[in-house]
Amino acid sequence: MNIQIRGGRLIDPKNNIDAVRDVFIVAGRIAATGAAPQGFVAAQVIDAKGLIVVPGLIDLAARLREPGYEYMATLESEMEAAVAGGVTSLACPPDTDPPLDEPGLVEMLKHRARNLNQARVYPVAALTSGLKGQELTEMAELVDAGCVAFSQADAPLTDTRVLMRAMQYAATFGFSVWLRPQDSFLGKNGVAHDGEVATRCGLPAIPVCAETIALATMLSLARETGVKLHICRLSSAAGVELIRAAKQQGLAVTCDVSMNHVHLSEMDIGFFDPNCHLTPPLRSLRDRAALRAGLLDGTIDAICSNHAPVDEDAKQLPFAEAESGATGLELLLPLLLKWAHQDKFALSDALAKVTLQPAQILGLDAGHLSVGAAADVCVFDPDAYWKVEPAALKSQGKNTPFTGLEVQGRVRYTLVDGQIVYQTEGHN
Amino acid sequence: MNNPQLNKNGELQHLLTTEGLPVEIVRDILDRAATFIDVSDGLEIKNVPLLRGKSVFNVFFENSTRTRTTFEIAAKRLSADVVNLNIGASSTSKGETLLDTVDNLCAMHANMFVVRHAQSGAAHFIAKHVAPEIHVINAGDGRHAHPTQALLDMFTIRHYKKEFHNLRVAIVGDVLHSRVARSQIHALTTLGVPEVRVIAPKTLLPALVENLGVQVYHDMAQGLRDVDVVLMLRLQNERMQGGALPSAQEYFKYYGLTEEKLARAKPDAIVMHPGPMNRGIEIDSSVADGLHSVILAQVTFGIAVRMAVMSMLTGAKG
Repeated sequence: MNIQIRGGRLIDPKNNIDAVRDVFIVAGRIAATGAAPQGFVAAQVIDAKGLIVVPGLIDLAARLREPGYEYMATLESEMEAAVAGGVTSLACPPDTDPPLDEPGLVEMLKHRARNLNQARVYPVAALTSGLKGQELTEMAELVDAGCVAFSQADAPLTDTRVLMRAMQYAATFGFSVWLRPQDSFLGKNGVAHDGEVATRCGLPAIPVCAETIALATMLSLARETGVKLHICRLSSAAGVELIRAAKQQGLAVTCDVSMNHVHLSEMDIGFFDPNCHLTPPLRSLRDRAALRAGLLDGTIDAICSNHAPVDEDAKQLPFAEAESGATGLELLLPLLLKWAHQDKFALSDALAKVTLQPAQILGLDAGHLSVGAAADVCVFDPDAYWKVEPAALKSQGKNTPFTGLEVQGRVRYTLVDGQIVYQTEGHN
Repeated sequence: MNNPQLNKNGELQHLLTTEGLPVEIVRDILDRAATFIDVSDGLEIKNVPLLRGKSVFNVFFENSTRTRTTFEIAAKRLSADVVNLNIGASSTSKGETLLDTVDNLCAMHANMFVVRHAQSGAAHFIAKHVAPEIHVINAGDGRHAHPTQALLDMFTIRHYKKEFHNLRVAIVGDVLHSRVARSQIHALTTLGVPEVRVIAPKTLLPALVENLGVQVYHDMAQGLRDVDVVLMLRLQNERMQGGALPSAQEYFKYYGLTEEKLARAKPDAIVMHPGPMNRGIEIDSSVADGLHSVILAQVTFGIAVRMAVMSMLTGAKG
């Protein structure tokens, strides 16, 4: 079907476009921007006047909870949440039950997701069997089955020899390894940043050195093995500094930060708000400032939602016992806009953190609207204000630290492969 | 952020922590507690039927015979009906959630819950979910707070020292894991004590503890110099396993309170301990039973202070 997105402000970071320009879609691909291609007849016109047209968002960490945790969320509910948030591609971590450590599981997930015909799902497979940190998974087979990278999710990998072997093996085939840096001994039982708030509240703490020690190990092993390393969910100023130095020394490492950490700090825990029980822990205001600085200077490549829907019962507990995680897919875009506005960061550069850059980390030719590219598009109203109300979220996970917040920016249309997979009810 | 323990009129709705507790309320509690003590005949606690017809539930998710008993005595002196529930051994082990337990207890029409729980923040959690007419007293939540203990300590200090503004107070021991220490620090700074010290090895101090308004000492001889009040903390035996301390013997040598170390404090210094004491680990028997010790008076005052808190919460005029 031929679609014309008419009159919107097109922002395409890869092609350096930020201008009012029509987008023409033919057979699921971008046929042209600006002037219509010859002989183009629109079967449908999307009136994008006053709206912003961008590549569909790409989220590097969205838990779909399948298989195994369907009581928290299902593929149906979370895929709906994704497209409602303008997310057209997402990578899901392997910490399901069972973990994504077998080709059959990866195939099944891909198959289920494809049938839903919404966002594209890119499974990240387990680096070690059962995420136990002992034996390597069948990496090549898993890639054949459709996974895009290997990770331990939040599971510990304490044996550095296993980690080195895993990196060597992945490097053999050119596979990417995604790791969240946290020393498992220093992080044991911890639920909050080792700072003022944990001290005041008497919460078991995780020191910053839990991140930097693990990070230093990972960076050393990446140098040693030549593996493509992606660091997930950086949380501290010292962590940003280590990545910055590694990049300056020429190491090809990439990293991301969770949107929660761009906006929140330990202070938001307040009187034990379990919605602020997150992994990694929210750190100090100084750390948050450093993460933002890292985004501005390019040390941090991408922002993810770190979407982790949790069932209500698991959050209705005292802070430490409450399950960590928050829903995030539907908040990624408005929180990105809020951050760009606060830090006076060019919208195009901000959007690159959730489109082009994550695509590159995933090794995909996506996250842009070049002629010939798949028409994965997000059209949003930058002026629409809305209040974050859990009941109105599509995600089955209703817990977010941003409950009640007035945000700006609402997705009007989401297209995947040139198909409208989401449009706001009542809007034409 | 609203202070969850005060109602819209700024009155005490729950007692969850001494942090952020207005100084007027702290003084009210101490003043009211004083009226419950008959000083004519030793230190006798009066019977005052202010809570007749009210019911107080002691809801203990973590065992503590001593604290529970003092709350029970306090409630009975106020003529309240007391129900003791040791939840640790029943509901939670059957899979009932904390929220279910709270809902069930609310349905039993209590006026007040006295709660103890192993998790920091549990009292706040319960206070947030109880029916609006129910008052919650935190009798200890994880490492976070133990406000009635701190208030009885303040009462004891005032009893012996009269004023707060001219005192030097040292808290000695495992501050990291201690809800008592946190509540003491907030209470002392609220009452205007100009110098609060904490004395402990680095493994027993939380990060940025100085931000709570205390001075940090690692050397006990220095830390005790010229102090008016020594607040000892209980050392849990399991600290030896986690690598926080090498041995009880070494701890006693460097951080145990002996007469020799106490000699650094002011001659009229008082020594306090929340109990139960580990004699020979954090405190030497000669000090615990010595002239400076006011540890047993603390227990008596604890009943009066808990009576004061309970009667204030229910709005009964003292």
